[in-house]
Amino acid sequence: MSLHETNKIAIDVDNVTKRYAEVTALKNVSLSIHDNEFFTLLGPSGCGKTTLLRTIAGFEGISEGDIRLFGDSIIDLPPNKRPVNTVFQQYALFPHMSVMENVAFGLRRQKVVDSEVRKRTGEVLELVQLSGFADRLPSQLSGGQQQRVALARALAPRPKVLLLDEPLSALDLKLRQDVRVELQQIQANTGITFVFVTHDQEEALTMSNRIAVMSAGIVQQVGTSRDIYESPENKFVADFIGDTNLIDVEIVETDGRQATCLLLGNVQLICNNAKGATKGRASLSVRPERLSLGDASNSSLSGTVSRLTYLGTDIHVAVNLEDGEVIDVRVQNSEDARIPDTGDIVGLNLELDAARVLMN
Amino acid sequence: MNAKIDIRRFPGFSFATYLCLFLLYTPLIIVMIYSFNDSKSIMLWGGFSFRWYEDVFWGLEAPKFKQAAINSLSIAIGAAVTATTIALSAAVAMLRAGHFRGKGASLGLISLPLMVPEIVTAVATLIFFSAIGFASGHATILVAHIVFCIPFAYLPIAARMQGIEASYEQAAQDLYATRFETFRLVLLPLVLPGVISGFLLAFIISLDDFIITNFVKGAGIETLPTAIFGSVKQGIKPNIMAISTLMLLVSVVIVTLSYFANRSGQGKK
Ligand SMILES: Nc1ncnc2c1ncn2[C@@H]1O[C@H](COP(=O)(O)OP(=O)(O)O)[C@@H](O)[C@H]1O
Ligand SMILES: [Mg+2]
Repeated sequence: MSLHETNKIAIDVDNVTKRYAEVTALKNVSLSIHDNEFFTLLGPSGCGKTTLLRTIAGFEGISEGDIRLFGDSIIDLPPNKRPVNTVFQQYALFPHMSVMENVAFGLRRQKVVDSEVRKRTGEVLELVQLSGFADRLPSQLSGGQQQRVALARALAPRPKVLLLDEPLSALDLKLRQDVRVELQQIQANTGITFVFVTHDQEEALTMSNRIAVMSAGIVQQVGTSRDIYESPENKFVADFIGDTNLIDVEIVETDGRQATCLLLGNVQLICNNAKGATKGRASLSVRPERLSLGDASNSSLSGTVSRLTYLGTDIHVAVNLEDGEVIDVRVQNSEDARIPDTGDIVGLNLELDAARVLMN
Repeated sequence: MNAKIDIRRFPGFSFATYLCLFLLYTPLIIVMIYSFNDSKSIMLWGGFSFRWYEDVFWGLEAPKFKQAAINSLSIAIGAAVTATTIALSAAVAMLRAGHFRGKGASLGLISLPLMVPEIVTAVATLIFFSAIGFASGHATILVAHIVFCIPFAYLPIAARMQGIEASYEQAAQDLYATRFETFRLVLLPLVLPGVISGFLLAFIISLDDFIITNFVKGAGIETLPTAIFGSVKQGIKPNIMAISTLMLLVSVVIVTLSYFANRSGQGKK
């Protein structure tokens, strides 16, 4: 992707800790967000995404660490002196101002001359396809239109970085999918760095250049959509992103890259994705679509089918291993697919390249 | 739902309701009707006329009432403007300035005057003014009115401000507004209905105050309520009913305005 050619750092979050009276919302968070990047903070509710965004915007101070914008520390600047703009979760459009006045607000505070304000407000409204709505009040707009006004208002002053706090969560599903594409296009066309917060993994995977997965105030992993889906670095990421099987194994031999694992005490597997593995108990993460069913006689691992779930394009098969662990397998629904019945004994084949050893 | 008891079925409910309404409004209605009485008596109906209203404006006591009305209005406007300004500043400090020492105590102090018996406030204010040698007159009334109007102006302003989420002001700051611009362009317009409502409430409270005014005014100056009281002491004449009806009209208009000010802008949020 082209953005990795310019490796300029837009935002450098350096070892930031944020403590409230009762909770520590951010624990030693470090992130480097590249210029011109669509960067997503992804994690379950309460993990500190909003807090991190608010410390960048300046609404919250930090307890420890530093935040730099293109190299300069901004932690001592009030929000109105930071060249970043925010799209708020509930939009926070000024209810007593028209769409036009809302969008022009930032430009007027920056003392931009009148003719320029009018020109740029018009341009931004066109960008979000709301040219005909300039004189309406926010209360006269639909949720989707309000979301666009919030976006236009934050884009109009041409910030260096745009912060978006779950901007799509108030929209219905169909609209949300359309707006995803639009947001991506606007980011690409304007070249503004986007820091996008969501708890929706599908949103994160489809829109982002890179994703930071967070839980309980800690950054668990930073990487591209593919990195975090295919190469999760720990059990939290593997479990949170998509569906996965976490199978208990014992590592009997490893060189820190490759590992020999023992399943159920007697099935031996050699796994190539075992970065940082050490001898002892661990989990083997395998995505359901990377498993297939076969004859029990031909495979070293077998179990009993306990449940079938028909989903149209594919079928979920739950297989119980002899120690009671349940393995999910996803079988594509095609002409030649062999669909077992519940109670059948089946063999399990797993693509060893797709399995990852994760330490507990 | 069905378990809910319909209060209208309570024995004696409608009787109690009508008795309360009767006691509340009959005297007012009688005063209003008899202000149009053509007779000099306050008891016997002598036909419909505007003669007592003419008497109020052009009669023997007209100059006295006119001066009293001017005093009342100027004091009410001055007290309401000042009290509303102070109440607005207090609301910003209480609800928008974060935590400071003595915040809980401040809230108590702002609303305490509502609970202190008015006669106590009146006596205390009088003693205070004479202790510091503040000569009685227009100024003492004004100062006293400003003080007791503050909590009345504060309550609707604070109620309104409490309902305004902090995110609007954060959005303004995010868009490069200074603290003052944030107040002037965002917080003030959003809280304005509360400010208007507080102003009107303070105005009407000042306009009809009798007890405190009577204590601090000194000789030689009258407001409408004290002038009416002075006049009534020499016997009730029908022109008092005409003045009372006029004051009732002003009160009703202002309370109605205040009600609509408070409602406006609540739909859009
Ligand atoms: N102003 C605050 N005071 C105290 N605790 C807070 C405050 N804001 C957030 N928190 C706590 O910090 C944690 C992270 O919250 P938040 O950043 O809003 O999570 P997210 O946006 O990921 O859902 C939560 O436990 C929340 O309760
Ligand atoms: Mg949040």
